[in-house]
Amino acid sequence: MKLIVDAIITGILTGGVYALMASGLTLIFGVMDIINIGQGALVILGAYLSYVLQENFHIDLFLGLLITMPLMFLLGVFIEIAFIRPLKRDRTMLSILVTFAIALIIEGVLGLFFSTNFVQLHAWYVDASFQIGGYYLAYIYVFGFALSVVLLAGLYVLLYRTKFGYSLRASMQDRTSAQLIGIDVEQVSAITFGIGVALTAAGGMAFGATTAFNPGSHYDLISRLLVIIILGGMGSLRGALIASLAMLVIEDVTSVLVSPVWASTAFFAILVIVLLVRPQGLFGQLEARRQ
Amino acid sequence: MRIVRIPGLIALLALAIAFPFVFPDPAITTVAVFTLLFAAAATGWNIFSGYTGYIALGHAAYFGVGSYAIALMCQDWNIPGGYPPFYLVPLAGLVAAVFAIPLGWIALRTRRHTFVVITIAIFFILQLMAYNLGSITHGSAGLSLPIPPPDWGGDFFNLPFYFVALAILLLALGTSWWVRNSKYGLGLLAIRDDEDRALGLGVKTGPYKLVAFVISAFFVGMVGALHAYFIGSIFPAFAFDALFDVAIALMAFLGGLGTLAGPILGALILEPTQQYFTIQFSENGYYLIIYGLLFLVIMLFLPEGILPTMRRLWLRWLASRKNTKTMPAWPPTSTQPPRATTFRQDAESAGRKDGINL
Repeated sequence: MKLIVDAIITGILTGGVYALMASGLTLIFGVMDIINIGQGALVILGAYLSYVLQENFHIDLFLGLLITMPLMFLLGVFIEIAFIRPLKRDRTMLSILVTFAIALIIEGVLGLFFSTNFVQLHAWYVDASFQIGGYYLAYIYVFGFALSVVLLAGLYVLLYRTKFGYSLRASMQDRTSAQLIGIDVEQVSAITFGIGVALTAAGGMAFGATTAFNPGSHYDLISRLLVIIILGGMGSLRGALIASLAMLVIEDVTSVLVSPVWASTAFFAILVIVLLVRPQGLFGQLEARRQ
Repeated sequence: MRIVRIPGLIALLALAIAFPFVFPDPAITTVAVFTLLFAAAATGWNIFSGYTGYIALGHAAYFGVGSYAIALMCQDWNIPGGYPPFYLVPLAGLVAAVFAIPLGWIALRTRRHTFVVITIAIFFILQLMAYNLGSITHGSAGLSLPIPPPDWGGDFFNLPFYFVALAILLLALGTSWWVRNSKYGLGLLAIRDDEDRALGLGVKTGPYKLVAFVISAFFVGMVGALHAYFIGSIFPAFAFDALFDVAIALMAFLGGLGTLAGPILGALILEPTQQYFTIQFSENGYYLIIYGLLFLVIMLFLPEGILPTMRRLWLRWLASRKNTKTMPAWPPTSTQPPRATTFRQDAESAGRKDGINL
């Protein structure tokens, strides 16, 4: 029982970090109608950036985000302008392949610089833990969760309380109409892609501090993120948050109750079961006739 | 056109048969075997994804199922090395097809992005199974296949694999040709253009899509089985390889998605290139970078693929030479969605079979 409670707590805390990564993915999907398969690779890139800042410049992981997040934002804007925007025909399908290519390039470049050895981020709060009600928890889980809450709150304010947020949500609802009332949808898309990628810098730092990673880790990560956003319903931020927490809790509980090797399988099995009942995901809308 | 085509095809076939005798060097025939295998897989993939427009990025799952099926059959039935494992290749393809029935049914309940993502998810599920079901698959230790007899050594070793791969490719190509020119294939193309309208017009979209999915899984599974026997051993990470998913999609895109010869052309260009890069730069991540860059360049500059682009240029040249306005303009206008026109053209050429669509 104690183990299960423990698993639920870690599940919720790591689920927050996944929510951060998945919200970037679902936001990009909602506005631009594309799936960024490179999101996993960008998370790993973010983790390596934090690693470099810490190893070579001795900058604290959380302070380092002040550098890595703007950098990743610029990278995201660059990717959108250079590779996504030129796709005029059959954007939806081609963008999946293009972002897959970007993932491969990032994996290759990271392999070049860092080899394929697994590394993990270290700081005092990664290695130290505290006791609460009989449970031991590493500080990083709590700090990572707090970081996610802060950033997601910031995202909420940006989306619902600013003019840019109105433009973004308008583009999400109806791209053409948004264009008609004078919103620069291209610009909104670029910035949204930037924000989605900037969130991976933070997600990558928290991921890298709790898990050992190497350049090839992005396959595993992107498959989980994709499952989360499908389950939540593509383009639904609320769905992504709930699905992240639910999936990570289920995964951790399975790993305690059954066995760690089956934890990821449970993750995917739930996807299949949910899709049998609700093909559009928990909070998604049914794919309508496209015209 | 038709008169030119049949001798041309026979010449190409003769060239393919003569190739390993002209270049008997094992280094070259090995690359040739891989190329044929990928050409067959891309052609099989194209029967589903090219004709229906549903991009499946998880066909490595059926490649893996085919690999494991042949390995387990050889192991359990004590099949000796040599020619017998070749007879099991179609059986392994059937196993992959049987797997594809429920998995395809689940995936095809969704459309567009969600479908793509679910095919990827299913691929990861099967990969995890290969790791986790240790009592059957031996987990990450993998399985080994029977070793061909020693008198297959030297230049001869690759020959049987080459011709079996060629046979699979021809079978896939024949099936693809038949689908393309049948009423069934017309239904698939209608689904690609507008699924709801196709349904309204009486195309049984659900079974149509599923059958195409299973056919393509059958060919990819056979390729997986032959690939496993050729390599000699299988591991979860190589039998279920995410790069394979991308590779066959890229080949079809490069040659021309939904065309008959496009995937083969794509494989002929890409597979030797990839083999070269892998051999030259396998020590580091260079080949991934080059592969990714190549991918980006193709997607950005040749999104239609080589064959459709060439056909368009050829028709434009014909039109400008005759200088008449009665010639059907291609592309009609840039504002019109190209899909609808493709369908009309496909419908015409399927009816006439005059073969501008090779």
